[in-house]
Amino acid sequence: MKESDFAGPPAKILGAGTPAPEFTLNTTPDQVLSLSELRGRPVILVFYPADWSPVCGDQVALYNEILPEFREYGAAILGISVDGVWCHAAFARDRKLHFPLLSDFEPKGAVARLYGAYREGEGISDRALFVLDADGIIRWSFLSPIGVNPGADGILNALESLDSRSAPARAESFRADAPEMRP
Amino acid sequence: MSEGQLTPPVTARDHAAGPEEAPVTLVEYGDYECPYCGMAYLIVKEAQRELGNELRFVFRNFPLAEAHPYARAAAQAAEAAAAQGKFWEMHDMLFEHQDALEAEDLLAYAKSIGLDMQQFARDLADPAYTKRVRDDFRSGVTSGVNGTPTFFMNGERYDGSWANKAAFINRLREAARQAAETSA
Repeated sequence: MKESDFAGPPAKILGAGTPAPEFTLNTTPDQVLSLSELRGRPVILVFYPADWSPVCGDQVALYNEILPEFREYGAAILGISVDGVWCHAAFARDRKLHFPLLSDFEPKGAVARLYGAYREGEGISDRALFVLDADGIIRWSFLSPIGVNPGADGILNALESLDSRSAPARAESFRADAPEMRP
Repeated sequence: MSEGQLTPPVTARDHAAGPEEAPVTLVEYGDYECPYCGMAYLIVKEAQRELGNELRFVFRNFPLAEAHPYARAAAQAAEAAAAQGKFWEMHDMLFEHQDALEAEDLLAYAKSIGLDMQQFARDLADPAYTKRVRDDFRSGVTSGVNGTPTFFMNGERYDGSWANKAAFINRLREAARQAAETSA
């Protein structure tokens, strides 16, 4: 991918090996979710610019179709944008989404900023993907040009390599407090 | 694997229209109930007319079944028609009647294109064709399909606009010319 594909200066998104910053956001008007609640399984974080993009098979709709594939890896998926909870609720109902959309609404874009995925000028988050391992460490991240839906192949490849790494990790789980990071 | 590469590449298993040795192969991942695919259908037809033997067109199924309740059965109907050598006849029929894709509609289309109705009804329920549609979908995910329709030109995902007919056809011509130059 060429640098010139990006509109504006490229954001610096967090990369592999970085512990994923903790956050707590609303998933519905009266429910909140903290990232740490998902410790113990891989997590896919999908930052996207806005609900209601005017195409069918947009990014979240695509992931909604691929949920069975993500579940094979035991992975949880969270969509995150700056849209408010009621907007997310209407969007999720309209598109029949079966995974949570988190509202990075107040302070606006605070979580996107933590991950380096906020677009200052426009006040929206970038199209950025993060795959976290069961310990909450970012193992793969990808920043897509804002106009290009990145698809799901990168996510699946990342989950696949996580899977091959976690087999020996499970066997050594009694050394779980060892400070060094597994390769 | 790099991003946006057609995986697996086009093989004899695919439904293809146009010569195998055509300099440009256009692959579409599509959904018979998706209105954008319905628009793209007409543009692909035009591209086929304009490019003639320079173009081979391949269609793979990518039914967004959560959004489109009839898409999967429609895809399966096209596969069942393929079993009788009439994939493209059914493909056209489905895209020309996107607003009527219920079970009785599919049977009516099968009849009108002259399929053996007993075999069609049997194939429509055959898990082998369900799997075929599912396999297409998975290959799309692996290839970086990001919605419908998604096009691949000579194996590379095309991220440009297809709705601009002239630009799309020009891009195909350019791909044909590049392929002809590299093989010369």
